[in-house]
Parts: sequence; structure tokens; C-alpha cells
Amino acid sequence: MSALLHPIVNVALLTMLVLLALGIALRRDLFSAAIYAGAFSMTMATLFLLLDAPDVAFTEAAIGASLTLILFLAAMTRAMGSEKIAAPRRLMPILVSLLTGAFILYGAQDLPPHASPAAPIHLHVAPDYLARTQEEFGFPNVVTAILASYRGFDTLGEVYVIFTAGVAILALLGGAGTAGARRRKP
Amino acid sequence: MTPRHLVLRAVAVLLAPAILLFALYVQFHADYSPGGGFQAGVVFAASLILHALIFGAGAARNLIAMEHLRRAMAAGVLLYGLTGAAGMTLGGVFLDYAPLAQSAQAGRHVGVFLVELGVGITVAATIVAIFRAFSEHRQDIGQEDW
Repeated sequence: MSALLHPIVNVALLTMLVLLALGIALRRDLFSAAIYAGAFSMTMATLFLLLDAPDVAFTEAAIGASLTLILFLAAMTRAMGSEKIAAPRRLMPILVSLLTGAFILYGAQDLPPHASPAAPIHLHVAPDYLARTQEEFGFPNVVTAILASYRGFDTLGEVYVIFTAGVAILALLGGAGTAGARRRKP
Repeated sequence: MTPRHLVLRAVAVLLAPAILLFALYVQFHADYSPGGGFQAGVVFAASLILHALIFGAGAARNLIAMEHLRRAMAAGVLLYGLTGAAGMTLGGVFLDYAPLAQSAQAGRHVGVFLVELGVGITVAATIVAIFRAFSEHRQDIGQEDW
């Protein structure tokens, strides 16, 4: 993408993120809020793609934009369709949010420049992985090599987490029964 | 039963197999292009969920029974762990895939393939199982019920 267009697209996408976040916070009917959340994820995925992180963009688009949305909708069929109207909005939560945002902005001052190759995260183990993957694995996708092998323990733990989450939900919602003897609510 | 949502059905019939094929591509091509077991599993599950959304819970149950999903959830984790253990029994350390084939490079390639397959199977089965657990009790939801 041309150097001129890149900042324009970034600003447009980031503005969309803010608007969608406001939409999620302000909408009272959960259906709209869920759709806004899906659109938020899709915008986020586009941003990840612009940051040259296609693996992350892929995950965000598949999980955030489609599956989370579907699970929200599925969960809504078991609950009421609209948010309970809370007591009049209090000042304290808004203050806490603003304060947290201010702290994050303050802390972000210490981050290395965006996409700087001299950032500490790019100088620790990343050069080693980049140099060794082609020789040790014989394929070009370094992300796959890191996830499945160099960080194989982490990924195994993640699979355990997904498996455990699935087992827990089946135990809670009664999907653990055999196909023949499904329990049904009267 | 009169067929409802004719357009959705027609589109789903065309899309679901294509999405399945794309999931397999993401799964087995992850060493050369973006993606991997996790993304492939999610896309695979998305195709099955699309099928369930359009054709109903009964058709989804006929496609894959819940007990098979539960077996697949465990099988993926086992495939990952056993691949790691296989390297150990063949003289390496846990999750070292080098001893799995003649050359260390080929062994690592095989190991990554198997491990990613395990991730894909568990993720796909878990997501479909979670979706079913949430959607099982109500089949028809009117527009105003949202």
C-alpha cells in the first residue's frame, strides 16, 4: 500500500473501532450490541492484517467476528434479549475508566517506536527463531514452527485450556449426556 | 415440512463445502502459509455451525453425534501429547520431534504436522460441542425473541 494511503486507512479503521466500541456500550438491546462486537472484531482483524500479522488477523476474524458472535446469539436464546436497565449512571465507573485510560496513555510513552526493528521484543529470541527455522524445519512459516515446536509446551497448554473449557461447558449445560438420553427442559 | 429460508439454504449448500475445504487447506498448508491447527479448527467448526444454523439441530446431530465430538475433543489432545511422548521414547526429550523420522529436519516437519492436526481436531470438536450445548434446547427462535 502506498505511503500516503496507509495512515488514512489506519485512521479510518481506528475511528471505526472507537465508534463501534461506543455502539457496544450504548446499545441496550443485546442483538445489536452483539452485531457491533462482531463488526469491532472484523475491523480489528483488518488492522492486524495491515500490521503484517496474518495469523493473528485470521484468528481474530474467525473467532472474534464469527464464532463469538454466534455463541453470543446462542447464549441469548437462553436469556432475555435486552440488557437490564441499571440504576442511573454513576460517576465513579466513568472516573475509573478515564483514569485507567490516562494511565495507559502515560505508560505508552515508554513503548519503543511502532514497528521499530530495534525494539527489545525483536532482539531477544526472535532473530534466533528466524535464523534456525529454515534449517531445522525446512518450511518458511516461522509462526507455525514457533507455536508447534519452539513453544510447543505453551501450545500444548493452550490445547488443554480449550479442552477443559469444552468439558466444563458440556458438564454445566448438560451436553455430556449420551445422544439417546438427552435431558430437556420442560 | 415446507422449506424455509430458501436463499439461505441454497447459499449454505454452496458455501459449507468450500469452507470445509478451506479449513483443510489452512490445516495442512500451515507450514507454508498463514494459519495452523487453531485457525483450521475454527474454520472447520464454522462450516459445521453454518450447517447447523441453516438446517437445524436435528440435521447437525445426524451429521456428527455428540459422543463423536466428545471423543474427537480428547483425541486431539492425546495426539498432541503422544506425539511429544513419541519423541521421548525414541531418544529425545518431550515434544522434541527430531527423532520421529530419518533426518532431524524431516522428523520436526512430521512432528509439527501431527501436533497441528491434534490442535485442529480438538479445537474444531470443542467449538462445535460448545455451540451445540448452547443451542440444543431451543430450535426455533422468533425474531422478536432476540
